[in-house]
Amino acid sequence: MAFQRDGKITPVLNDLSLEVAQGEFLCIVGPSGCGKSTLLSAMAGFLSPSSGEIRIDGQVVTGPDPRRIFVFQERGVFPWLTVEGNIEFGLFALARAERQRRIAHYITMVGLAGFEKAYPSELSGGMKQRLEVARALAVNPDMLLLDEPFGALDSITRLTMRRELLRIWEAEGNTVVFVTHDIEEAVQLADRVVVLSDRPAKIQQIVKIDIPHPRDISSARYLELRNGIFEQLGLAHAI
Amino acid sequence: MTSLAEPKKWERLLWPLVVLTVFLALWHYSVMLTATKVFPSPLAVLKGIGELARKGLLWRYTGDSLRRVGLGFGAAAVLGIPIGLTLGWYPAANQVVNPVLQMLRPISPIAWIPLAIILFGVGETTPVFLIFLAAFFPVVVACISSVSSVPAIYRRAGRNFGLTPVQLLRNVVFPAALPQIITGLRIALGIAWVVVVAAEMIAVDSGLGYLVIDARNSGKRYDLVVAAMLLIGLIGLALDLLFRRLKTLRSVRWGFRDES
Repeated sequence: MAFQRDGKITPVLNDLSLEVAQGEFLCIVGPSGCGKSTLLSAMAGFLSPSSGEIRIDGQVVTGPDPRRIFVFQERGVFPWLTVEGNIEFGLFALARAERQRRIAHYITMVGLAGFEKAYPSELSGGMKQRLEVARALAVNPDMLLLDEPFGALDSITRLTMRRELLRIWEAEGNTVVFVTHDIEEAVQLADRVVVLSDRPAKIQQIVKIDIPHPRDISSARYLELRNGIFEQLGLAHAI
Repeated sequence: MTSLAEPKKWERLLWPLVVLTVFLALWHYSVMLTATKVFPSPLAVLKGIGELARKGLLWRYTGDSLRRVGLGFGAAAVLGIPIGLTLGWYPAANQVVNPVLQMLRPISPIAWIPLAIILFGVGETTPVFLIFLAAFFPVVVACISSVSSVPAIYRRAGRNFGLTPVQLLRNVVFPAALPQIITGLRIALGIAWVVVVAAEMIAVDSGLGYLVIDARNSGKRYDLVVAAMLLIGLIGLALDLLFRRLKTLRSVRWGFRDES
């Protein structure tokens, strides 16, 4: 897969063939700048590759689609809309009663009850991120594409958010593609972890995480899988 | 008072009042000491305002000036906002129109006076047209730049939820750009109020601008000239304060975080 910028063709992802199963939680890790986010943007249809293609259910992706919602870092919520207004944003095609039902449902699901009328500027980083996830889920997408969604959060909030995301994923059954540079995060969340190399990115390894949720992050298997990925990326696990 | 301490309410009122008093005192004693016959003292100006109020001119002239600004500025906003948003939305169109826009923009509305009189004659339309010209370009330019500075992430999110281009413009780009549009409108209103004075010196026989020129021409009433000047300043201040209130609306407040 290659992209054209300023008339120059930059190969970003090389010979990369990847299949995501329905309902799967897939994490993509790799060194910074390797093209993880580019791959995710292409899956969302924001970027069209000048070579290569992405197919979902056999159809080539040509543009963005509400069936697969991209979740940015917290900056993606609309500051001019309330919590309710943000969740309602993608529901314009639905009847009023159904809109109200979904707003109430997802506000409760992400734990923002009581903040319906609040504006994003009045929320913490973690709450904004949950709001964005709620906005995405409210349109019932088949896929959630998350681009380092917890990268801007503090480490305690990040841990809570991971647990929340898993809970929501188990309840909703969406396919999740989650880009992160945090190997621990990937091993805690994913069914499979895709390890990318430096640009032009190749798949170095796909690691199946065969630990059932909730995962004990001090178990031998967890550490073994995590260390395997660290080594794969050439990182020593001693500082 | 350190810069960290929030000034108390009476302090915020007191110091501007002190400055105002000093200003009036300086004015008063300068007039006294120089024993000028031309320049009026603050008291004479106050009497002048009272005289205008008694004759019924105060409200009529203020009303006329405000109406002209309302019409000219209103037309500039009604036409300028959609045009500016469209040009900001289609950079290709902007590239085509921008040279003409940038060439017309620096021409003072005052320079249009002869042409405006030929086009609209002596009457109400001429000053309204001049005010329209004064406000139109700042509005358009502010709208263009407000659209281009909407973060790409909002547009992407909008497209992701399946919005049509029209919905995207109405539901994402416009609200995202609104704080900057309001700032542009505020600047344009300030300019419009400055221009109304010049516009009323020609073509019409009412309004605060007319009062300035008429008071001088008919009997060299400099107390009334300065009275009109003061009124223009006070009303300009009031208009600006009114516009600032818009910034506290909840759906735009996010855009004015770091401003006082």
